[in-house]
Formats: sequence, structure tokens, C-alpha cells
Amino acid sequence: MAAPARPTLGPAAREVLERVPGRRPFRRGPVSGVWRARNVLVLAVSLIVLVLAVALNVGRGEFPIGIPDVLATLVGGGDPSQQFIVLELRLPRSLTGLLVGGALAVSGAIMQSIARNPLASPDIIGITWGASAAAVTLIVLGGAGLVGTLAAVGLPIAALVGGLLAATVIYGLAWRKGIQGFRLVLVGIGINAMLVAVVNWLLIVAQVYEAARATVWINGSLNARGWEHVVPVGLALLILVPAALVLSFVMGALQYGDDTARGLGVRVNGARSLLLLVAVVLAGVATASAGPIAFVALVSPQIAQRLIGSSRPPIGASLVIGAALTVVADLIARTAFGGVELPVGVVTAVLGAPYLLYLLVTQGREARA
Amino acid sequence: MTPNADTALAEDTQASAGPDGSRVRLRAEGVRLGYGERVVVDDLDLDVLQGTVTAVIGPNGCGKSTLLRALGRLLKPSRGHVLLDGRKIDEMPTKQVATVLGLLPQAPTAPEGLTVGDLVARGRHPHQAWYRQWSGDDEEAVAEALAWTGISDLAERPVDELSGGQRQRAWISMALAQGTDLLLLDEPTTFLDLAHQVEVLELVERLHDERGRTVVMVLHDLNLAARYADRLVAMKAGRIVAQGPPVEVITEPLLREVFGLEARVIPDPVAGTPLVVPVGTR
Repeated sequence: MAAPARPTLGPAAREVLERVPGRRPFRRGPVSGVWRARNVLVLAVSLIVLVLAVALNVGRGEFPIGIPDVLATLVGGGDPSQQFIVLELRLPRSLTGLLVGGALAVSGAIMQSIARNPLASPDIIGITWGASAAAVTLIVLGGAGLVGTLAAVGLPIAALVGGLLAATVIYGLAWRKGIQGFRLVLVGIGINAMLVAVVNWLLIVAQVYEAARATVWINGSLNARGWEHVVPVGLALLILVPAALVLSFVMGALQYGDDTARGLGVRVNGARSLLLLVAVVLAGVATASAGPIAFVALVSPQIAQRLIGSSRPPIGASLVIGAALTVVADLIARTAFGGVELPVGVVTAVLGAPYLLYLLVTQGREARA
Repeated sequence: MTPNADTALAEDTQASAGPDGSRVRLRAEGVRLGYGERVVVDDLDLDVLQGTVTAVIGPNGCGKSTLLRALGRLLKPSRGHVLLDGRKIDEMPTKQVATVLGLLPQAPTAPEGLTVGDLVARGRHPHQAWYRQWSGDDEEAVAEALAWTGISDLAERPVDELSGGQRQRAWISMALAQGTDLLLLDEPTTFLDLAHQVEVLELVERLHDERGRTVVMVLHDLNLAARYADRLVAMKAGRIVAQGPPVEVITEPLLREVFGLEARVIPDPVAGTPLVVPVGTR
């Protein structure tokens, strides 16, 4: 065709659509925002990866089911035996991984934004280990009595309280007329080390059975996860992710340093405390469900930020990427080592640790520059 | 204090005018400012009049930045009040203050990788909500602020790749997009070479002349302060030693008293404002 199918926009027309270069408006009624095609693309691709990873993970096992059959079963098809295997036996495990990974990633995105430091994620600065220490204490003290409802309700609550306590102590110690990211990270690493020591001590003094149970748990495991593990994290995400998305508006202003943010009319301390609370509860609930799965909270927001090319970790993309990362890690943990099933946390640690090293090296350079 | 008494006080203050009859926009009333136990400024009074460009000058550590922080509600006085248009600034919703009073901290930091367009758009924060982050008004104000500061073509460039002068223009553009008619600038020329210092101050002058902004800024350079401000406030050890038009404030005895500087003051051959020629310190 000689003539272009669609009329191309001249510079003047482009100016009307986009008066500020790079900030194309999106407006529907009272709602407005900046349309960024790259965000939508990243979100869509990572959602597809997530769905495929879940289907693959659900399909693999003693009784293999192909991806098309898994997907068909998930939307209501499949024969009764497939339905039983997929929906009752295998899906809760993948769903727990998905939800826990998403919760950790959103928690990490919030904390990294608040502290303006990628190292300030709940798995580095002691929040997830605060939750772990409390849960392990309960496992060890509870002994054989910790079964059924007590375990199902007690462990999450203990983990939540432990995470909140750790966060309060870290925040309090790092407070110097405001919060400085680097101080928060250093204090957090110190607290983290203490909590790891506490957990190790508990494991040594514990009875063999409890110690074994706690060890599996603190490695971050998705073994034998049922619907009872899915529901609490699912509910937490249902409430806290919308909250995080609303609060991310204020988070954008907090990025600029306290004085600028106050100048823009942000109640800095109130907004930060609220965001921190959301992040800690997310990390606590996630830890309660699957143990402190390492590095998901650290890495996912950073991957999301780089893919989108934004100046801070995006909430939505972090959620999906964290979920996909955890499910893929679980797939590897279950199937890559023959008959041996590893805890998912071992795989995320192997994947995440090199990234932590990279961050530490490059951060040091920036600080010196 | 009862609510009624409070309102009466507010009305009373609002009605009060400066010596030349113009309206008081910002007022410090017997403020004591400090950090923890350390008192930096004590029992200080200051009126900022509508339509003026005020420069606060004084030696390092005299409390001029501290005073500016208090005027911008970044620091709460331990005694006395700051009044914005006759109302106690601490008792006003901070978001409401942000639609009237904008501030540019000393050496502000932007997140790594942020573009100039996004930085300037952040100035619209007080006018936005979580579901309304890029309205037609926002877009118009940002496009205009970019054009007005001459950085429209830099909109998609990361802030951290800009030169010092360009970066400062971007921050001023952000303050402009905020649409406040009061602006507090804390040493807007730090780290800039002389040409860029003049460029930034010319921008401030235009903000006042063309946009009717009332400006309070902390400046180090006395000659530039004398040229670009129409009121000077000279501070020493947390107190105001002199204030008024530059010709009245920049005098040889004052330079000796405030800065410990022996200097001659001659008319600036370009602008006619006082020009400080140092002889030496004693």
C-alpha cells in the first residue's frame, strides 16, 4: 500500500496528546494517571509466565498432567481424577507459593522505597527473622502439643507479632529525627544477626522432633501446603495490596527526602509508619505460611524496577514477579534434583545470594563516589 | 485558649500590615528554634511582606537555614509561632499549606534514574490524590513550568545526568509547578559556578517580577543578595541584627559587626546596589 493505513500524528497533534514528553495522560472521569505502555507490557508478560509456571508446577509429580489439561482443569474442565489431583493435592502448594512470593515482593518494594535503599528488604533487615524467631519459639515450647488449630492459628499470630516487634525495635534504634535508609539497613542487619543466633540457640536446646520441624520451616518450605495455608495469605493480600497501591501515591513523594516530601504536604512520619506496618504484616503473614523464604523480597522489586525502568520499585509488577519467581523456584526445588525435594528457600537463596553480593559491591561504590 | 479567642487572634493578625502597608504573608513571632537541647535561634520576630524578595544573610551557623526551615514548617518552634496569612502554620493541614507555600531544601535529592518531567510533575502532589495523578490541570501546569524555566527539551532526561545549573532549574521548575505564591529557597546557588548562580537568581527575579511570587531565600553571596533581593535580613548568632532594603543593610559597620569583615562598600557599577569589596578579616 502506497499511502499509510493510518494518518500519522504531526508534531502539533503529538503535543496535544503529550504536552509533557514522556508523560502521556490516561484519563477516565475523575481518574487520571500517566499511561506507560512498558508497565502494561511487563505486567502482562510476567502474568503469563506466572500462569505457565503454576501450570507446569501443578502438572509435575508422580502422576504427570500436561499444561493444557492443568489449565483446562483450573477453569472447571478435566476428569474427576485430574480435578482431585490438581485442585486438592497440588494447587494449594503452588497457590501458597504464589501468594507468599507476592506478599514478600510487595513488602520488599515498600520497604526499599521507604528507606530509599534496595538493601532495606524484610529478609535482610530482620523482619522475616523476627517472625521466624517467634514461630520457632512457639514450635519448640509448644512441643508435641502444637498441632491442629493451635498450630494453624498460633504460628501465624506468633510470626506476625515477631515481625512487628522486630520492626519496632529496628525502627526505634534507627530513628534519628527521621529515618535514614543506610542507618535502617545497618541496624537491621545487626538485629537480623541476633535473631538468627536466637533461632540457632532454640534449635540446639529443642527436642529432636521439634528441631527437625523447625529446621524445615526456617528454610522456607512449601511442602504439604493445603488450602488452610492459602486462605490467610490470600486474605492478607486481598486487603493489603489495594492498601499498598493507594499508599504508593504518597510513597512517590517520600522518595525525595523528608524535607521535600514535607514541603509537598506529606505527613512524612505518619505515612511512613503506615507503609511500614503494611510491609511488616505482609512479610509476617508470608513467613507464617511458608517460613522465611530468602531473597524473594530483596530481588523481585529490583527486577520489576529494572524491567519497567522506573525510579522506584513498582507495587504491581513486584507482586507478579515475586509470585512467579517463587513458583519457578519451587518447581526447580521439587524436580531438578531427582528424588530429593529441596525446600524452596534453598533455591531462592542460591538464586538471590549473588544478587545481594552485586548490590553490596555497587552500593559501596556509590557511597564512595 | 478557646476557639473564639484563637479566631479573634487570627483575624487580628491577618489585618495587620507591614510598615509600608503591604500584607504580611509569613510572620515569625518570638520563635525559639533548635535541635534537641541546642538553641540556635531565640526570641526572633520577622515579617515577610507580600510581593517581596527577601534574602537572609549571615555567617555560617548563624541560624539562617534554621529560620527558613521553621518558616516552611519543617521545624517546629519550641516557643513562639510561625503564622502563614495570619494562621498558625502548625495547626493548618500540611497539604493545604503546600498549596500556598513551596520550598526548595538545600541540595535536594531526587531518586536515581528519575526524569526531569517526572520530577517537575511531583510538584503537583498537593493537588493530587491516589486516583488522580495526572489531571489536565496538572499537565498544563507542568508543561508551563518546564517551558518557563527553559527545560522542556530535557523532560525525558534523567535528573542525575544534568549539569548543576540545569538540575537547579529543574527543581525550581518543580516548585513553580506546585503553583504556590510563596517560595522558600535554601541556598539555591550552592555548588554552582558564578554564571549559573546568576542564572538561577535571574530565574528567581523573574518568578517575582512576572509571576508575582513572594520569595524568601538564604544566600551566601552578599553582592548577589544585594542585587537580587529587595529586602535583606542580616543574622548573627540566632538574632536579626538588621533588616531592610540592601542599601540600608549592607554597610561597612554592619559587615564588621556581623561577619567580622573589614570591607569597603561601593555602588555596584551594573545595578547600583551595594557592592562589598573585602579588605580583610580582623
